[in-house]
Amino acid sequence: MTQVAIVTGPAAVLAQANIDTDQIIPARFLRKPRAAGYNNFLFHDVRAADPAFPLGPEGNPPILIAGANFGCGSSREGAVYALTDAGVRAVIAPGFGDIFAGNASKNGLLTVALPEAEIAVLMDAARAGLPVTVDLPNQELRAGNQVFRFDIDPFRKRRLAEGLDDIGLTLAHAAEIAAFVARDRTTRPWSAPTPLLPRAG
Amino acid sequence: MIAPRTLFDKIWDAHAILAAPDGTTLLWIDRHLVHEGSFHAFAMLDRDARQVARPDLTFGVADHYVPSHSRALPVADPEAAGLIARLAANAARHGFDHMGMDDPRQGIVHVVGPEQGITLPGLTLVCGDSHTATHGALGALAFGIGASEVAHVLATQTLWQARPKRMRISIDGRLAAQVSAKDLILAIIARIGASGAVGFAIEFAGPAVRALSMEARMTLCNMAIEAGSRTGMIAPDDTTFAWIAGRARAPHRAAFDAAVADWRALATDPAAMFDREVRLDGASVAPMVTWGTTLDTALPVDARVPDPADAPDAASRQRMAEQLAYMDLIPGAPLAGTKIDQVFIGSCTNGRIEDLRAAAAILRGRRAAVPGRVVPGSVPIQRAAEAEGLDRVFIDSGLTWGEPGCSMCTGINGDYVAPGARCAATSNRNFAGRQGQGARTHLMSPAMAAAAAIAGALVDPRQEAHP
Ligand code: SF4
Repeated sequence: MTQVAIVTGPAAVLAQANIDTDQIIPARFLRKPRAAGYNNFLFHDVRAADPAFPLGPEGNPPILIAGANFGCGSSREGAVYALTDAGVRAVIAPGFGDIFAGNASKNGLLTVALPEAEIAVLMDAARAGLPVTVDLPNQELRAGNQVFRFDIDPFRKRRLAEGLDDIGLTLAHAAEIAAFVARDRTTRPWSAPTPLLPRAG
Repeated sequence: MIAPRTLFDKIWDAHAILAAPDGTTLLWIDRHLVHEGSFHAFAMLDRDARQVARPDLTFGVADHYVPSHSRALPVADPEAAGLIARLAANAARHGFDHMGMDDPRQGIVHVVGPEQGITLPGLTLVCGDSHTATHGALGALAFGIGASEVAHVLATQTLWQARPKRMRISIDGRLAAQVSAKDLILAIIARIGASGAVGFAIEFAGPAVRALSMEARMTLCNMAIEAGSRTGMIAPDDTTFAWIAGRARAPHRAAFDAAVADWRALATDPAAMFDREVRLDGASVAPMVTWGTTLDTALPVDARVPDPADAPDAASRQRMAEQLAYMDLIPGAPLAGTKIDQVFIGSCTNGRIEDLRAAAAILRGRRAAVPGRVVPGSVPIQRAAEAEGLDRVFIDSGLTWGEPGCSMCTGINGDYVAPGARCAATSNRNFAGRQGQGARTHLMSPAMAAAAAIAGALVDPRQEAHP
């Protein structure tokens, strides 16, 4: 997985709140294999309706600054694929859909949540053409002479910074998982699904 | 003495295998539901040459891409047919239960889980679909996950999760006649906002919730995600246990009795604390309808289309104007009376037998003024509805009766709303383009959708109901 440390460059601005994953990638493209290049689907229908839309399939700024609750709605990881395949490496917003933020962290897309007031300052800076720097190791955002600190949970930070393979990490705990399963079998004997009766016909 | 705990805490604690220093917890997952759209995750497994760890806890259902037209013919769309076949092939290869298009248990994954007794109180359940919160209606901790997490669960039957905060939404009193769980959840979202519950696990409680049937509870929990919460749950009670008894995959006989004894202990302890408490008076909830393209735009059906001039700031003024333009609505006009082009009754929110009964009660003996599609949530619901003659009611009124699946909710199986057309829908998302490019969606209850079908316009179902 991609390792993320410092992302710096111009930033695109999408000021509306509640940009949902159906906008980021319409459902009809989710059937496409990943190798198809999801960048072509990024904001597909929104772009079609608005020629001035700031993001396209390629040549995008690496940073996106967005309104509150960015990535709300469906769990489609395709929304993250579309952004990363199109060259977006960090999204800054007052808040994110939970599932979207989780998906982002698994695909090397950095999400940074900041208070609305700081987002407004950053949006102005980006609109003025100032480059923005997202510094993950120092948990700092810089634009012009402004510096904002951001929070990120340490596990998510480590995963982004080191590009960890989650499954490998978990399988290293096989013994603890086995012990849990053995214990659970006696404490919650009803939790196993009842086997299916053989179906007639 | 153990500190008082919430329903959520009890289930979380019972599934915690270990915790990282920052509190991120490795949770055991009791049930994993997959659908055609989960193919990305299976591709990740294949890429790393990994196997499904617990096929006995993995269940596959074809729902998103299956046609709602005749099942007798092959699936016309080759890409959809490929995804449906791919799920079947993955199930066969990894050895998990698969409810494909020709299976008598098939339906929308969030309808099938509870119906088959796969979903039970006290379990953790995940699915690569954001409406997994539905299963919380049975007292399970259920939430939607993305493809990478699906792959993680397939490979390990566990998931790393940060512990959410806890929110209790208590509904006092009782819902009025012709006011359903759909109206209630729309009213809740209108109150707390589309991101009001991000980072929280919601427990729905209070007398009005206790009085709801299981079907209605599922409608309520289904849309927790539309307030931003990944999970909505309701403490299991006698209504829950009676509903589960006898279901195929649930415990039977002595095992069931033992389970019920454990399930009773799941309820939130009286002294347990929540990070946020919200209270609503059930009697004050009116039939609701959305006017915009976000979930926080629900209003009572007798309200007027809002005016951007009244918005608190420039940003919300602009956003409101954009939504009104997309929806082609005039500020200040009454919502009731807005002409519609079609109706859709179905989805994991409102495709259950009670929903079909509520719609049929209004449509019986009357003609729909606009075309519409009624799609049951599963084959068992389809059969039950046909046994009650509900299919005839719909067909005689001029609507079509489809085969179970997601259908027009997300418009990827070939059923979609034409550009610019206005649809009265019982599904859960009014996002721009959700039901089809340029589609205009108004979300509402099954009763209101049925009433809208007859009037050809948005209408207050309280004026339509038979005495
Ligand atoms: S019915 Fe709609 S919301 Fe429910 S699972 Fe299917 S597509 Fe998703």
